[in-house]
Amino acid sequence: MNPVYYLYLAALLFTIGAAGVLIRRNAIVVFMCIELMLNACNLAFVTFSRLHGNLDGQIIAFFTMVVAAAEVVVGLAIIVTIFRTRHTASVDDASLMKL
Amino acid sequence: MENLIALLVAAPLVGAALLLCGGKRLDRTGHWIGTLFAAASFAVGVALFADMLGRSADHRALHQHLFSWIPVGGFRADVAFQLDQLSMTFVLLITGVGSLIHVYSIGYMEHDERRRRFFGYLNLFLAAMLLLVLADNYLLLYVGWEGVGLASYLLIGFWQHKPSAATAAKKAFLVNRVGDMGLSIAIMLMFTTFGTFAFGPVLASTGATSEGKLTAIGLMLLLAACGKSAQVPLQSWLGDAMEGPTPVSALIHAATMVTAGVYLITRSGAIFNAAPDAQTAVVAVGAVTLLFGAIVGCAKDDIKKALAGSTMSQIGYMILAAGLGPIGYAFAIMHLVTHGFFKAGLFLGAGSVMHGMNDEVDMRRYGGLRKYMPITFITFGLGYLAIIGFPGLSGFFSKDKIIEAAFAKGGTEGWILGGAALLGAAITAFYMTRVMLMTFFGEERWRNAPTPSPDRPSAEPAAGTGGEYTPPHPHESPKVMTLPMVVLAIGSVFAGGLFSLNEAFVKWLEPVTSFAHGHSPVSATTVTAATTVVLFLGVGVAWLMYGRRPVPSLAPRGSLLTRAARRDLLQDDFNHIVFVRGGGHLTTTLVQLDHTLVDGAVNGTAASMGGLSGLLRQLQSGFVRSYAVQMLGGAAVLVAATLLMRGV
Repeated sequence: MNPVYYLYLAALLFTIGAAGVLIRRNAIVVFMCIELMLNACNLAFVTFSRLHGNLDGQIIAFFTMVVAAAEVVVGLAIIVTIFRTRHTASVDDASLMKL
Repeated sequence: MENLIALLVAAPLVGAALLLCGGKRLDRTGHWIGTLFAAASFAVGVALFADMLGRSADHRALHQHLFSWIPVGGFRADVAFQLDQLSMTFVLLITGVGSLIHVYSIGYMEHDERRRRFFGYLNLFLAAMLLLVLADNYLLLYVGWEGVGLASYLLIGFWQHKPSAATAAKKAFLVNRVGDMGLSIAIMLMFTTFGTFAFGPVLASTGATSEGKLTAIGLMLLLAACGKSAQVPLQSWLGDAMEGPTPVSALIHAATMVTAGVYLITRSGAIFNAAPDAQTAVVAVGAVTLLFGAIVGCAKDDIKKALAGSTMSQIGYMILAAGLGPIGYAFAIMHLVTHGFFKAGLFLGAGSVMHGMNDEVDMRRYGGLRKYMPITFITFGLGYLAIIGFPGLSGFFSKDKIIEAAFAKGGTEGWILGGAALLGAAITAFYMTRVMLMTFFGEERWRNAPTPSPDRPSAEPAAGTGGEYTPPHPHESPKVMTLPMVVLAIGSVFAGGLFSLNEAFVKWLEPVTSFAHGHSPVSATTVTAATTVVLFLGVGVAWLMYGRRPVPSLAPRGSLLTRAARRDLLQDDFNHIVFVRGGGHLTTTLVQLDHTLVDGAVNGTAASMGGLSGLLRQLQSGFVRSYAVQMLGGAAVLVAATLLMRGV
């Protein structure tokens, strides 16, 4: 099978993820969409690794996974705290930082 | 021998350092220390003079290089001395008259508790003045120039508890600064033009420089000379400088410092010779000042201020002579030396009179003093005869030569200058006779209580006397004061004749200043006759006005000219209106300009930045998702840009 199809799939997943981040209000869903985008990138990296016949892309994919894991830990903790204090997980409600 | 030159400057400098840093333990011996160091400098000067006379005219100049002061790249400033005939003349005058005045001050300042400090300042002055005349480059000369300015400031304001003295000191300092600015600009111009400011190279290369530049340098040097030598238009400080102790007026504001301008112009002769326009300015300043000072001198009732006007006028003669070029330089310096003798003598005489009259300075409160102070009378009288140019005395020889040289300038200019100098001689005779008659002749006006008048707050009876007027007891001053007066009187009588013998003085200075015989349209005999006639005319008029008639003890209102002359011909009013008020308006305008233009620009920038950031701030909505769109947009732009760059 032509590896290019994987790139199409990665682009599709990234688009879905990006659209989700922009459209959805629930922080958990936004978070999941971010994960989706990260994984789309991982897929693209691995595909390129395959295409070029070296391991660079796969190594970067591992890095991404580590960062994503760390991000999940911090992010979820923040979301849970916000939910506890405001009883909602809507990202639009947490707009205190504006002037 | 040249190693001794630095000693000339060092001796008084050490004296000044000792006296000013020595503290109270030197209070009792300070005046002797000061006098000793001044005399030591004079002794070194005499030794160098004797050595110089032993050599032929062309080998008389000595040089001593002490150290490199500021060696930076192509810029070289050295502390180096040059002792030639011109400097030698000044060294002898400064240390000689200086030593005499030190001796005189021992008596004059006897009751002043700050006498040690006074001698310290006097020594400081001597050191600075010697540095000025011994420097071999303009920058070191400038150091001495500023040094004498400082000493003059300190000594005018010596009685700083008197507000008038403190103000006079400040005024002298500030007016001098204007001139100093001229000198510093001249030095900078020299450096850019010649690449150096040592006398030798600068004065030797004037031939290869454009006349415009030389004129600019010359005019700036003239401005400097005007400031230091109290010439129009920077003359206003000299009258007020008389607030200082009288020995200071004699040494600094009559005999030596105020002649520094004449030295500067004579020393820079090569520049002026090559810049006729600057020379014309010099003679114009000299001619105007010699009349200006003389007119002011006629109206003053304060004996020191009358003498100050006379100093101004006599220096006007010197500047006039120095502006005439090679036909005048030698005579300018000759008049400077003879003037140093008789004017210092006159001031010391005035000081002696004040000493005996409870520090009264108003000549209308003097009169008939010749019986009470015979030595002062005789020495002052000889100085008086010398300054008016009585035939046979010093002033006669030196002033006569200047008048002759002025006529020799040639053309209409020569007639105008000669006429001004002759008129000045007549007025000199008039006002000096007036001083003489009011002080030593006539009735004894000091016996009666002064008439109170609004102009003279001092006329009110002193506290503690119970309102009773106690007339002063005029008495002759102690020997320590009369001795210098006698020596100076001898100089006033014989110096001129000695210098003119066989043209000795001209020949002595010729290698430095060069000399050319002027061709006067009127013969020398005619000039001498005319000078003598106007001299007796002036004396006669003064006798008619002040000798034959009793002098009122309160000044009459006087004519418009008299009243203007009493106010120094309105020079202070002029300065006030033009510079003080003008300066005030200028600063007000500048402040407004600063508020509107500069502050406006700064505040405008700040306000526009504020508005701009207010607009930018609206991008920051606080909605996470709008930030996400911005990031996505940004990323898309980056990717698009990268692709586009690749395509190109």
